[in-house]
Amino acid sequence: MSKPILTIKNLTKKYGENVVFHDINLSVNEGDTIVIIGPSGTGKSTLLRCINLLTRSDAGEIWLDDKEITCKECDEDKVRQHIGMVFQNFLLFNHLTALENVRLGLTRVKHMNPADAQLKAMQELERVGLLDRAGHYPGQLSGGQQQRVAIARALAMDPRVMLFDEPTSALDPELIGEVLEVMRKLALEGMTMLVVTHEMGFAREVADRIVFLEKGSVVEEGSPNDLFYHPKNERTREFLWKITELYGKKDTEQGNG
Amino acid sequence: MDVASFLKYIASGTAYTIAVTLIALPSGLVIGTLFALANVYGGKVIQRLTALYSTIMRGLPPIVLLFILYFIVSGSINLSPFWAGSISLGIVTSAYQMEIIRGAILSVSGGQMMAARAIGMNKIQAIRYIILPQTVRLAIPPWSNEAAIVIKDSSLVYALGVPEILRRAQLISASTQEPFLAFTAAALIYFILVFVTNRSLDALERRLRIPANP
Amino acid sequence: MVSWFNIFREYLPSFLQGAAVTLELTAVGLLIGFVLGLGLAVARTYGPKWLRVIAIGYLELFRGTPLLVQLFLIYYGLPSLGLTLSQTLSAYLALGLNSAAYQAEYFRGAIQSIGESQMTAGRAIGLSRWKTIWYVILPQALRLVIPAWSNEPISLLKTTAVVFLIAVQDLMAKAKRAATDTYDPISSYLAVAVVYLVMVFILNEVLKYLERKSRIPGFEMESKKT
Ligand SMILES: Nc1ncnc2c1ncn2[C@@H]1O[C@H](COP(=O)(O)OP(=O)(O)O)[C@@H](O)[C@H]1O
Ligand SMILES: [Mg+2]
Repeated sequence: MSKPILTIKNLTKKYGENVVFHDINLSVNEGDTIVIIGPSGTGKSTLLRCINLLTRSDAGEIWLDDKEITCKECDEDKVRQHIGMVFQNFLLFNHLTALENVRLGLTRVKHMNPADAQLKAMQELERVGLLDRAGHYPGQLSGGQQQRVAIARALAMDPRVMLFDEPTSALDPELIGEVLEVMRKLALEGMTMLVVTHEMGFAREVADRIVFLEKGSVVEEGSPNDLFYHPKNERTREFLWKITELYGKKDTEQGNG
Repeated sequence: MDVASFLKYIASGTAYTIAVTLIALPSGLVIGTLFALANVYGGKVIQRLTALYSTIMRGLPPIVLLFILYFIVSGSINLSPFWAGSISLGIVTSAYQMEIIRGAILSVSGGQMMAARAIGMNKIQAIRYIILPQTVRLAIPPWSNEAAIVIKDSSLVYALGVPEILRRAQLISASTQEPFLAFTAAALIYFILVFVTNRSLDALERRLRIPANP
Repeated sequence: MVSWFNIFREYLPSFLQGAAVTLELTAVGLLIGFVLGLGLAVARTYGPKWLRVIAIGYLELFRGTPLLVQLFLIYYGLPSLGLTLSQTLSAYLALGLNSAAYQAEYFRGAIQSIGESQMTAGRAIGLSRWKTIWYVILPQALRLVIPAWSNEPISLLKTTAVVFLIAVQDLMAKAKRAATDTYDPISSYLAVAVVYLVMVFILNEVLKYLERKSRIPGFEMESKKT
C-alpha cells in the first residue's frame, strides 16, 4: 500500500446558517484516482474549493504530504501551487494564447526563466495533444480544446494532486471523449486525482475508489465494483440508477472508445 | 496682426491645450484606476468612501470643481495656474475614469480571478497579470470618449487665465476684430485634436483586440 | 472651511436666483436639443444621402468641440455676420445646439434598436416611409430611449455652469460674485457646489421616478442600464 498524500479530517463548511457539508473524512493515496459522485447542490464543488483553499473551511483539517495546509499561518498561494484545479467552465485567461496560459504560472509564480518556461509549457501542451494550437486564443478553441489547455495549465505547476470539478459537463457530447482521454492517460501515468463527474463510464474504468456524497456527507465509498454492482445503501442505488438513465447510453459508447 | 504671429499664437495655444490634457488625463487615470481597484477589491469602508467620491465628483459641474480645486491647490502649494489647473482637471476626470475602469473590471468575469488564484497567484499578481490586461482592452472605447471630454474640458482653464487655444483665440479676436474667424479657428483645432485622439485609440483597440474573444 | 456655511446662508437668496436661471437654461436647452436632436437622428437614419452627410457633420462638429467655444462663437462671432444675440439667447442657443448633438445619439440608438422589421411592417400595411417613421417608429423609439436619455438633463445641467463666462447671471455667476465680495473663493464655490449637488440629486430622483413610471415590461433596449 502506498501512503496517503491528501488527508481530510472532519472537514466542515458552512455558508452562514447553511451547512454545506460536515465532518467529511477522506484519505487519498499517492497515484490514486478518486471519483466523487452525488446530486447537484451536495457540496462537491465546495469541497474541491476548500481543498484548494479557494474557500476557507470552518472546521477540520486538510493535510497534504504530512503537512497541514489549513493552519492559520499556512501560505495559501504556496499550497495552491501544489494542487492543480480544473474547472467546469475552463476559465482560461481570455487575453492569453494557449501557450501563454500554460506558461504564465511558470514565469510569474514559479519564477522559472523564460526559456525553460517556454519549453515546459510546450511539453505540457503536447501532453494534452494541443501543441499545434499553442498560438490560439481561448476564443479560437473548441470547448474540449479549452479544457485540455486548462488541464495543461494546471499540470505545468507539477502539482501533487489534481482536482477536477465536473470537467466535461459544460462540453458538447462529441467533445467529452477527448478530455476524458487526457484524464485517463494522466491516471495511468500515476497522477493523484480527485474527480467530480457524472461520467460513470470513466468512473467505472479509471477510479480506484468512488465516493458517494449526498447532502453534505459521505453516504458510501468503495471500489467501482462494490458501488456499481453491490451498493450497500439504498440511496446510492437510487442515485446510480438515475444517473445511468441520464448518461447510460453515452457511457457504454465511451467505454468502448 | 500678421499671418506669422497669428500662426505662432495659435501653435503655442495648441501646445498649452495638449499639455493640460497630457497632465490631466494620465493623472486622472492613475487616481481613477487606484480608486476603481479599491472600490472593487477593497473592504466595506473603502468601498463606501470611493463610491461617495465618485458620486460627488460626478454630481458637480466640472468648472465648479475646477475652481474649488484650483483655489485649494494654488493656495496650499505655490503653483502656476497652468499646473494647478491641469492637476485640478486631472482630479475632475479621475472620478469618471474610475467608473470606466470599475465597469471594465466588473465585466471581466469573477472566474478569471479564481483561476488565477488556483495556479498559486496572490491577489496582487492576479490583478496585475490577469484582471488588468483584460480590463484595459474593455476600457479603451469608453476611455477614448473620456479623453475627448478632457480635451474639450481643457478649455475650462481659460477661466483661470491659462493661455491655451481659447484664450489665444480671444486675444486674436480682440486685436483683429475678427471674432468669428478667431473662434472658428479655435473650434477647428479642438476638433482635430479630438478626432485624431479618437482615431488613434480606435486603432489601438483594434490592435489589442483578442481574437475571437466571446 | 467653516465659513462656507455662513456664505451659504448669507447668499442663499442670490444663489436661489442663480439656481432658477440655471434650471431655466437647462430646460430651454433641453427643449431645443430635443426637437433638433430628434430631427437629426431621423435625418441621420432615414434621410437621403446628402442629408445624412449634413447630420453626421453636425454631430461630429458639435461633439468634437467644447461648448465654451460654441458659446463664444455664437456670442462674440455671430455679430460679425450680422446676427447679434443677447447673452441669455446666446446661452440658450449654444446649449440647445450642443445638447441636440448628444440627444440625437440617444435617439439614433433607440431607432436602430427597433430595426428594419417595423419599417417593413408599416410599409406592408400601405403606410408611406415618412408616415411609418412618424406613426410606428418614433412612438416606439421615444419609449425605448427614456433610460438612456435620462442622463441628458443632468449632464446638461452641469454643462450650463460655463455660461457665466459670457456674463449670464446663473448660479455660477452668483458664486463668483460671492467670491469677490467675501475674498473667500474656496468657501463660496463650496457653498454653490452644495446647491448644484442638491439640484442634481433632486433631478436624478425625479428622472428615476419618471423612468420607473414609463417602463413597459418586456419592452426595453438591450444593454442599456442606468
Ligand atoms: N459562495 C457561496 N455562498 C453561499 N452558498 C454557497 C456558495 N457556494 C455554494 N453554496 C451553497 O453550497 C451548496 C453546495 O454547492 P456546490 O458545492 O456548488 O454543490 P455541487 O457542486 O455538489 O453541485 C449549495 O446549496 C450552494 O447553494
Ligand atoms: Mg458543482
